[in-house]
Amino acid sequence: MQQIFNFIFKNSYRMLFLLLMILALSLTIQSHSYHKSKIISSANFFTGGVYQMTNSVEGYFNLKIQNEELAKENARLKSLLFNTKDTTKMAKLDTIKGVKKIDIVESEVIKNSYSSQINFLTLNSGFKQGVKSEMGVINSLGIVGVVENTSANYCTVLSILNTESPINAKIKKSNHIGSLTWNGKNTGFVQLVDVPRLASVRKGDTIVTGAQSTIFPANINIGTVHKIYTDNQTNFYTIDVKLFNDMTSLGHVYIIKNKDRDEIINLEKKTQKNE
Amino acid sequence: MNSAMLFNLARFILLLAAQVVIFNNFNFMGYINPYSYILFIILFPVNGNKYALLTASFLLGITMDLFCNSGGVHTVACLLLAFVRPSLFKFSFGLSYEYQTVRLNDVLTPERFSFIFLSVVIHHLTLFVLEVFTFEYLWDIILRTIISTLFTIIICILLIYLIKPSKR
Repeated sequence: MQQIFNFIFKNSYRMLFLLLMILALSLTIQSHSYHKSKIISSANFFTGGVYQMTNSVEGYFNLKIQNEELAKENARLKSLLFNTKDTTKMAKLDTIKGVKKIDIVESEVIKNSYSSQINFLTLNSGFKQGVKSEMGVINSLGIVGVVENTSANYCTVLSILNTESPINAKIKKSNHIGSLTWNGKNTGFVQLVDVPRLASVRKGDTIVTGAQSTIFPANINIGTVHKIYTDNQTNFYTIDVKLFNDMTSLGHVYIIKNKDRDEIINLEKKTQKNE
Repeated sequence: MNSAMLFNLARFILLLAAQVVIFNNFNFMGYINPYSYILFIILFPVNGNKYALLTASFLLGITMDLFCNSGGVHTVACLLLAFVRPSLFKFSFGLSYEYQTVRLNDVLTPERFSFIFLSVVIHHLTLFVLEVFTFEYLWDIILRTIISTLFTIIICILLIYLIKPSKR
């Protein structure tokens, strides 16, 4: 017994190091495992508060750009409104009981990040505003990411600039689907992989979100085709997509609440069980 | 002893605040940031309590991870740096470093520079290897480490010269 205590006393420094190291390493590995929410995230009162404070100062520097973007979006929406065929008719809601399928929450990026391989943004709305994990985030130009963790007033968003979890996307013209990933190199470009060879793609074609995902509604802009490669191993196309969004400067964003998401997921689960 | 503790606490908070508010927003060439908050571990008193250093670097790392959403990457890198610090001292200042009065925040000598350089390289290499987590991007990891190391060292040395106590 004495010897055990002696051993512990003698090596207490090393033991403390090992203990802390195991804790830290497990946190790291946990954060890299696919589709698991993080224990350590900036969606909390303390870090969210700090970022909110710094953002309230930084926000002034790009007010002009933000205004221009809003004006542009307004113009686009106005043109949509004026060009609808029959202006006396109300816009058609969903057929079931006239319930809107999709709700939008306005939010603001208080912390942007694009320098690592897996990037997270922090937004200033949380579950008090009805934000839950796995909701899509877009802005006026295109998609931004998917909500990961939420706290009362803040949430973290897994940006599309991440090398791990792909997003379903398609070529607007031909409806061929692929998955959107990032190779971790340039913040202006993402990659659309697993596009079948029979898809006819040309430089400049628009890439939009596909209808398969329950996170994003279909046909939200992503970017344009920049370069097309053929993967030697799989014989699928890999397409470099030039993003419409400048991921390095994001201001106001919209969080998409798809009300049917739970229903769809439950149905799919049931179907898989029955198989 | 007490004033030294307060001094270290102030350094901890100030460096962390500077890192989060200023240095994390550099984004030179899109993704290169200096991580000069490790100056806390580098400048920790040579004969200070090593348990305190280990615990403090754990807290430092985990706070950085909170702010950067990076899991436990900074924590591992900081802990490793704190653990190998005595060996780095031995390497840079000679075997009997404990009996000399090694003062880091002073005029830059080759010994001091080699110590800072090695600390920064070890920290950054661990950081980027764990952050990327695959060896597929080995070249990317090395490039990031080299450029970030340069950046961090420049800023660390500038900070040391700025905060240097002027009494002589």
